[in-house]
Amino acid sequence: MIARLAIAYARRRPLSTALVVLLLALGIGVVTLTVLLAQELSDRMTRDAQGIDLVVGAKGSPLQLVLCGVYHVDVPTGNIPLATVAELRANPLIAEALPLALGDSFRGAWIVGSEPELLEHYGGHLAAGALWNAPMEAVLGSAVAEASGLKVGDHFAGSHGLALNGPQHVDHPYLVTGIATPTGTVLDRMVLTSIASVWVIHEDHDEEDAKDTPTEPAHDAGSGVTTKSPATTPSREVTLVLVRYRSPLAAATLPRTINATTDLVAASPALETARLLTVFGVGTDVLRGFAWLLVAASALMLFVALAQALEERRYDLAILRTLGATPLQVAGVLLLESVALSACGALLGIALGHLAAAAIATWLPSAATLAPAARHWLPDEWLILALALGAGILAAWLPAWRAARLDVAATLADN
Amino acid sequence: MFELTGIERRYADDVVVSVPAWRAEAGEQWLLAGASGSGKSTILHILAGLTRPTTGCVIVGDTDLGTLHASALDRWRGRTIGFVPQRLHLVTALDVRDNLRLAQAFADATHDDARIRALLEALQIGDLARRFPRELSHGQAQRVAVARAVVNRPRLLLADEPTASLDDAHAVMALELLRTQAIGVGATLVIASHDARVRAALPRTYPLQVHAAAPEAAT
Repeated sequence: MIARLAIAYARRRPLSTALVVLLLALGIGVVTLTVLLAQELSDRMTRDAQGIDLVVGAKGSPLQLVLCGVYHVDVPTGNIPLATVAELRANPLIAEALPLALGDSFRGAWIVGSEPELLEHYGGHLAAGALWNAPMEAVLGSAVAEASGLKVGDHFAGSHGLALNGPQHVDHPYLVTGIATPTGTVLDRMVLTSIASVWVIHEDHDEEDAKDTPTEPAHDAGSGVTTKSPATTPSREVTLVLVRYRSPLAAATLPRTINATTDLVAASPALETARLLTVFGVGTDVLRGFAWLLVAASALMLFVALAQALEERRYDLAILRTLGATPLQVAGVLLLESVALSACGALLGIALGHLAAAAIATWLPSAATLAPAARHWLPDEWLILALALGAGILAAWLPAWRAARLDVAATLADN
Repeated sequence: MFELTGIERRYADDVVVSVPAWRAEAGEQWLLAGASGSGKSTILHILAGLTRPTTGCVIVGDTDLGTLHASALDRWRGRTIGFVPQRLHLVTALDVRDNLRLAQAFADATHDDARIRALLEALQIGDLARRFPRELSHGQAQRVAVARAVVNRPRLLLADEPTASLDDAHAVMALELLRTQAIGVGATLVIASHDARVRAALPRTYPLQVHAAAPEAAT
């Protein structure tokens, strides 16, 4: 009956009730969305770096090496000799070493010269067609295939570097021989081909470069495979190597050994992304801080509404006491009303947060992997719910305490 | 049924309400008479356990109210006392039936909708069960307030100025309502009033002494 009374009171002032619930829902909605986004960000980074313990490449920034080799959002630091791959494979601490040759891109996706094992590494399969078996044949990642509309048997030209409007290699078109299944990893945003394809393009390309301009530093910054002097015969090179350890013990020695004794840089994706996430973390923390401010504002509004309601209901509460209600029960009416409102606001807000995440996943193709997260209840959301209810209890605390201490006789006499 | 001995209630501004001795037997119907400001409401509140006297002893039924702790007193009140305040004070957010259910809930009584229906029928307001207080006339609201006071079959029914601002016909009806309902549930009835029409209707009167310098507000 106390619950019934609390709900009846809330329904008696629909405007104030709706405002409090909406404001709370808005705050909780943004909090939920930031939690979902942060979770998805770290999930995706973990997924993309799965099974890659170390990235080995040319001297340069380790972070750039990881951004380039693992997440495919940066240009390479340079090239390394092909012989390095064999050396790494001979190391007993290393279970797998996959070479990647980067240089060109197609619609913002790296054209990755590698070995068929790369497909398996990301858990991908062929959805259509077959693997490449000659230079200039390629397998498209699912997102690339979807965005470009290319089918097996179609041709396309890569453009130099990672820029969308780089110069195109129209005289060296690729043939699409297969399309990979979606994996939710960076594989979906790759074009896979043999290392030989990258070599073929850039041998010719370098000859052209040599004819046009002897040196072209700006150009080289955008592409890894072309950092060669035109005078020397092009040696066989790759851009970087993705390494998986045989045992976790390798982490203690291998990066140090490589960095100290060779011209190579060994970067750990786990360490580099952890550094990166602390930078992103500031942004989401600020956003989340504002959202909690909204929650606090709605709790304040709830407090004002309840304090006002307390004045209006003094007689009602006095009457409850004449009917045998204890001070605790009278306080309970206000507390329950507050908790019920904040529960409504919190649940509505969490639903809003998930809806927003689903909407973002639908409208932003690059955030499509957010869709599954939008359908799941994260453990953190229990905490959000608990904090919202706590805010409700806090807002009702003073009004409830005053209700409990109401002087019944004086209130009834005060007509 | 109840016995007040040596009751005094002092307020900060030296106003004193006093009842040296007042004893009522079960089923009796009393008028607590006195002018405005003589402390009639205070004595009703003391009988209901809503206010504790500064000195003196209150025994209602077998219970010495001075021995009860605050929350025990609240529970005792819910079971034992039916209270009809002057302004009636129905809970406006709830309909008539829920107002009566509320009284049952706080008296630890189990939900008894049959009792509520029968009571409303007996008071000729059976069709108002789902109405809200603002939709009721004063006479209807008074019946609901009486129904709420007697729904738990209290042993002591208290009413504060039930005839104030009523014309003669309605005053008679209101008194009749309280008297028959008190008899109906076997309750002792005390009506606090300064209204001469009440004096004529009730067999017993306890006259409260007016204390000097009592302000109007202490009714």
